Amino acid sequence: MEPINVVTGVAVPLERSAVDTDQIIPAEFLKRVTKTGFEDALFFRWRQDSEFVLNREPYNALGPTDSPILVAGPDFGTGSSREHAVWALRDYGFRAVLSHRFGDIFRGNAGKQGLLAAQLSEVDIETIWLIIDAEPGVAASVDLTTKTVTVGKSVFPFEIDDYTRWRLLEGLDDIGLTLRDEPAITAFEARREAWRPTTLPAR
Amino acid sequence: MTTPRTLAEKVWAAHLVAKGEDGKPDLIYIDLHLVHEVTSPQAFDGLRKEGRPVRRPDLTIATEDHNTPTLAIDKPIADLTSRLQIQTLRDNAAEFGIRLHSLGDIEQGIVHVVGPQLGLTQPGITVVCGDSHTSTHGAFGAMALGIGTSEVEHVLATQTLPLAPFKTMAVTVEGELRPGVTAKDIILAVIAQIGANGGQGYVLEYRGSAIRALSMEGRMTICNMSIEAGARAGMVAPDQITYDYLQGRAHAPRGTDWDDALAYWNTLASDDDAAFDAEVFLDANTLEPFVTWGTNPGQGVSLSDRVPSPTSFADPNDRAGAERALEYMDLDAGTRMKDIRVDAVFMGSCTNSRIEDLRAFASIIKGQTKAENVRVMVVPGSARVRLEAEAEGIDKIVEEFGAEWRFAGCSMCLGMNPDQLAPGERCASTSNRNFEGRQGKGGRTHLVSPLVAAATAIRGTLSSPWDLENSPMNPINKVGA
Ligand code: SF4
Repeated sequence: MEPINVVTGVAVPLERSAVDTDQIIPAEFLKRVTKTGFEDALFFRWRQDSEFVLNREPYNALGPTDSPILVAGPDFGTGSSREHAVWALRDYGFRAVLSHRFGDIFRGNAGKQGLLAAQLSEVDIETIWLIIDAEPGVAASVDLTTKTVTVGKSVFPFEIDDYTRWRLLEGLDDIGLTLRDEPAITAFEARREAWRPTTLPAR
Repeated sequence: MTTPRTLAEKVWAAHLVAKGEDGKPDLIYIDLHLVHEVTSPQAFDGLRKEGRPVRRPDLTIATEDHNTPTLAIDKPIADLTSRLQIQTLRDNAAEFGIRLHSLGDIEQGIVHVVGPQLGLTQPGITVVCGDSHTSTHGAFGAMALGIGTSEVEHVLATQTLPLAPFKTMAVTVEGELRPGVTAKDIILAVIAQIGANGGQGYVLEYRGSAIRALSMEGRMTICNMSIEAGARAGMVAPDQITYDYLQGRAHAPRGTDWDDALAYWNTLASDDDAAFDAEVFLDANTLEPFVTWGTNPGQGVSLSDRVPSPTSFADPNDRAGAERALEYMDLDAGTRMKDIRVDAVFMGSCTNSRIEDLRAFASIIKGQTKAENVRVMVVPGSARVRLEAEAEGIDKIVEEFGAEWRFAGCSMCLGMNPDQLAPGERCASTSNRNFEGRQGKGGRTHLVSPLVAAATAIRGTLSSPWDLENSPMNPINKVGA
């Protein structure tokens, strides 16, 4: 995983609340067995609508190198556990998502895939939307070291849990980290009760 | 003296491999890992790339459910991407030595039906699956968590997960349900009360006399939908009903193991003076059949109620959400819920596809004919449930009613297989999600109980058994009433 320090890109307003993962990526795209190439699936249903934000100027011209930053309403990423939601956002180019609240599983998935999920107050999100409305295409940056978002000239604080922040800053892989605790896992297994269920042998 | 603890805290403590320090999360041991075809291919791929084995194939089990067809299961799967995904699971299971129940096998079915049916889901264990409705297994007093694909890979490799701490919420449901009111109505009412995100960060513990009176199937229905309140998990303390359900199942402990297990299980219930971070109460006595009108599971009302007006919501987000939902659902505020016509009824999903759910549905439709122009699909949760139902003649009742009797799988719950709504079609569904397009592009979903699904299939409009002239559940037909 690439370490993240500061994400700089165009702020994209998604002025909707409770955007569930079925909306981020509908189920028909979950049949793939690859982990990349989901950019076309992102917000697939809504993208059929020419008024949808990603179809409007100046956002329709964004490419992955513009590192767009999504500014979403509260309860972003609720619902299904599909990590594909994070992959689709990432493949499209998003490096950070700002919201007042995230679905728990989505937030966990994001942290593992290097997508920065920054939690801001509801007022700050609305203020950012106003700034974007006044100046569409405005550049923003999300600074993980100072835990601040800058949009135009305004600066807002955000929350992220310390552990995820540390892992993102260091670009650390979770499994590698856990395997450092391997002796503790083996010790735990040695004291596990004999009656606990096993799937093998099949009975 | 030890500090009083909740059920969730006890299970957590018993699985602590390493305490997280300096903001690191706790490392928790996983007793049971359920795997299906959709969220696992990329996880196995990750293992392969790193040259890592599956640490505990004996604590892992896989089944095919999300993509599987519910007709002609002996033919190759027509949809090539579905076929590839299922073939990928078969290859991965063979390569990594994981037990797999494939299409055609008696234990094949929805992953959350399979675990309990095999007796693998037990009190006090930790269960994970790359599926948000893993919360179902909490009905046994297990800590059951839905996880993402990276976490699936993590559990395959290490049999543990680093997990952030949780808060606890007691959801107390007291009283006695009236005939015709079910576990599904309880959970829809709870979600409407606390909101589709009201449970965020919490493990919910369902308690109170109405919960204690429920069967395991009913408790599973409730825990299943905990995720629809945004919760991390849902749990019910184990009791005699749990033990009776488990005893004798293939993987339940036996002999002295059973005695040891039972002694432990009896220590799991929350201590009397344990403190919860939040509490919610619901009166079961006054509860009515419940149904959703919107596009998230928190947007529900009693069936006897009307479609609410967006202006009735104080919170601007809720108001905007309601406006959008009514537009998508093509409903006008003020319409009586019972006047809403449906095109389809879906009886199935991990919320309501166990034998008891099918029996409830069959008890209402028996000897009746479905409403014209309503398509009714009944999909058992597993091949075993299907056979059990057939042994009881439920398939005949379903077919004589004019409904379709299908093979097991997720089916129209999410429409990854051909079972989908057409754009604009309206469905009364016993599943758990009424999101836009969930059951097919442009499809409209009303979440209901199996009893409401059955009555709706008879009348063609959203209905409960209370609306059926001949139903013993109709209060006016009650003997002596
Ligand atoms: S039945 Fe529906 S909710 Fe349950 S596991 Fe399958 S797709 Fe998910």
